[in-house]
Amino acid sequence: MRCRTRIRNLAAALCLGVAGSVFSALPEQTFSDSGPEPMLSQVFAYIEQNRLDAALGQTDKLLKSYPNFRLGHLIKGDILLARSRPLVTLGNAANAPDGKLDDLREEATARLKAYRVKPPTDYVPRYLLQMHPEQKYAVVVDTQKARLYLYRNVEGRPRFVADYYISHGKAGTDKVREGDKKTPIGVYHVTASLPRQKLTDFYGSGAFPISYPNEWDKRQGRNGHGIWLHGTPSDTFSRPPKASDGCVVLANQDLDALAKNLQVGTTPVIISNSIEWLSLDDWQAERTSLSRSIEEWRRDWESLDTDKYLNHYSKHFQAGNHTLEQWSAQKRHVNAGKQWIKVGAANISMFRNPGKDEMVVVTFDQDYRSSNLSNIMKKRQYWMKEDGAWKIIYEGGA
Amino acid sequence: MAIIVDPARFLLECQTIQTPMAEKYNIMTPSRFPALPRAFITLICVGLLALAPAASQADTLQEANRLLKQGQLGPALEKADQALAAKPKDAQARFLKGLILTEMNRHNEAIAVFTRLTEDYPELPEPYNNLAVLYAQQRQFEKAKNALEMAIRTHPSYATAHENLGDIYARMASQAYDKALQIDSSNASAQSKLALIRDLMTVSARPATLASRSTTGKVQPPSSPPPTSKAEVVPVSKPEPIPVAKSEATPAVQPAEPKPAQTTEGKPEGSAKQEVEKAIRDWAAAWSGKNVKAYLAAYATDFKTPGGEPRNTWEAERTRRIDKPDPIQISIEKLQVSVEGDQATAKFRQYYKSGKYKSSATKTMLMTRQGGKWLILQEQVSN
Repeated sequence: MRCRTRIRNLAAALCLGVAGSVFSALPEQTFSDSGPEPMLSQVFAYIEQNRLDAALGQTDKLLKSYPNFRLGHLIKGDILLARSRPLVTLGNAANAPDGKLDDLREEATARLKAYRVKPPTDYVPRYLLQMHPEQKYAVVVDTQKARLYLYRNVEGRPRFVADYYISHGKAGTDKVREGDKKTPIGVYHVTASLPRQKLTDFYGSGAFPISYPNEWDKRQGRNGHGIWLHGTPSDTFSRPPKASDGCVVLANQDLDALAKNLQVGTTPVIISNSIEWLSLDDWQAERTSLSRSIEEWRRDWESLDTDKYLNHYSKHFQAGNHTLEQWSAQKRHVNAGKQWIKVGAANISMFRNPGKDEMVVVTFDQDYRSSNLSNIMKKRQYWMKEDGAWKIIYEGGA
Repeated sequence: MAIIVDPARFLLECQTIQTPMAEKYNIMTPSRFPALPRAFITLICVGLLALAPAASQADTLQEANRLLKQGQLGPALEKADQALAAKPKDAQARFLKGLILTEMNRHNEAIAVFTRLTEDYPELPEPYNNLAVLYAQQRQFEKAKNALEMAIRTHPSYATAHENLGDIYARMASQAYDKALQIDSSNASAQSKLALIRDLMTVSARPATLASRSTTGKVQPPSSPPPTSKAEVVPVSKPEPIPVAKSEATPAVQPAEPKPAQTTEGKPEGSAKQEVEKAIRDWAAAWSGKNVKAYLAAYATDFKTPGGEPRNTWEAERTRRIDKPDPIQISIEKLQVSVEGDQATAKFRQYYKSGKYKSSATKTMLMTRQGGKWLILQEQVSN
């Protein structure tokens, strides 16, 4: 064959430069090798070396492992086509329906970037400030990277376990309205487990609804429902990065692996546009500062010094229909009738809300005892940093 | 001669195509597609003389061929069978029968005929090529590819097989794209073309004296213009002493040099020229066939080695390189020969491929006639 190999442009077309990232400095490997990325990366390495026979062989291997991996078929088509004509880009199918090639190109970029740019082991997602002992795992989603990261709770500290390629909403993130085809950004948890038998093939091997809209979403007037983590149809290994109506979609094998670690009602699922990573030192500092504020709030409540106690609440505080004023009046009234109060706060979890607001969702088991009333409840507070101090902006039962 | 281009109607012969038909199927008319692929001519001269049938046999076959052209397939098959009854092993009769069965859409039988031909005459590229066309119609592209690679292996400069192989790759690509995009474009891809060869039999009647041309019998589908790309050749390693070359890709269809076959026939220059061309092609075939002995025998005893090294050093180096495990493919295009007495110059474009390495270069061979053979005296490489 005459050689007309322009296929090397492919790699360039994907813009896979990774320099300058905070990750690249840290060589330790923390990614999961269970998916197609290692083989996919090898295919592209062969293409860059102009070894098309090896690239084709590797692609065939890839497709043997993942027969419904559409991106793999696309690359196979390119490698074959390169034998008869020069290639211009990744995906040279002449009769492709609108957008489908771009979808697959985005998937290629997302997968290869995630494989080549790995989160370092001694950095943690800023959101996982504290997991409570029953939360064995936490899920963090990075929609821009099309990646889901699974962390294990090792004495309150997150340790990386695995990461998976995911798809999110067609229209992106920051869900506001029902039907806007967006994925919500925020701190949620798994609320149910729907087995394959109860679902159509579209959802693949299972589904895990999450708690959108949460208290903060409702307060912001966001609506909609039915945001799930779920699998893919049986003829589809994976979907493009932006494909769902707002759900987070995983390959079935990945969903199955993830499902083993999900606890209904417990496992946090934090969805972000782009994960912020903290060094363990910075993470520890943030966690200590908030823990101290929570502890002060608890002690000030016990002290019966109601002004000091109310000082922990933001002027924008709202709980149900209560404004700060009404809340303050009620607390003053209640506290006036007490001789003593004991407040226990156990199993505290603290998850920072993704986004520019400095807000943390705090959940704990509250054991309230007083001279005339005792109550045990699960409590949730949203703490927000105002003028350098942590203040409560929402409080209620969880 | 015939290069057949439309899978649905492939058994059309260029020389007999009427203009309306040619337009309808976008088949090349004689003016656009004037000559046989050079490799094919060589094949005929060299390979098939031994197979030439006796006169009465030839008549029967010509009759069968005439009937085939007229579309009288039943009678054509009868004639072919008649010829085969007399000479069951006759290559041309079997080849013709394969063509007739192909046109009758009895593809499995046609495949059987061509398969046995490849077994009995593995050195002939045409049965492989036609086998590939049939496999391609059944969407057995892997088999088609293998058959074409066999054709190319025996005849590295066989343009039709190269073009067909390119087409097979394009179809395999299309299949992969369909899976990627969840669409079915099999109808669209069926419109692309593969060239079926039906020349095995017509050649014996033709004087093997056509002018030197390297035409590839490729017809572009209406949707895709001929490639005008640049071929970039970047060696990964340097297994062969061929310089890195950047070349303008050769258009699939070369404009023809209007050189009537008869004018060169019988003239000494003409035949000397053909002898040189044959020597060059034999040299290429020996190289790609890894026939080290034949390859080295193509060089004169007083061959000027490229680095001035002793002949045996040079031979040892060449042997080592040719004996490497990777298959070698050599294609030659634009072969031009000029002869002056016992000296000749052959200039051509050489495409080399072995394993992951590919290159192309322009070669100029200084040839000398010694003991009735044209041998290589000097070999020059340029871009």
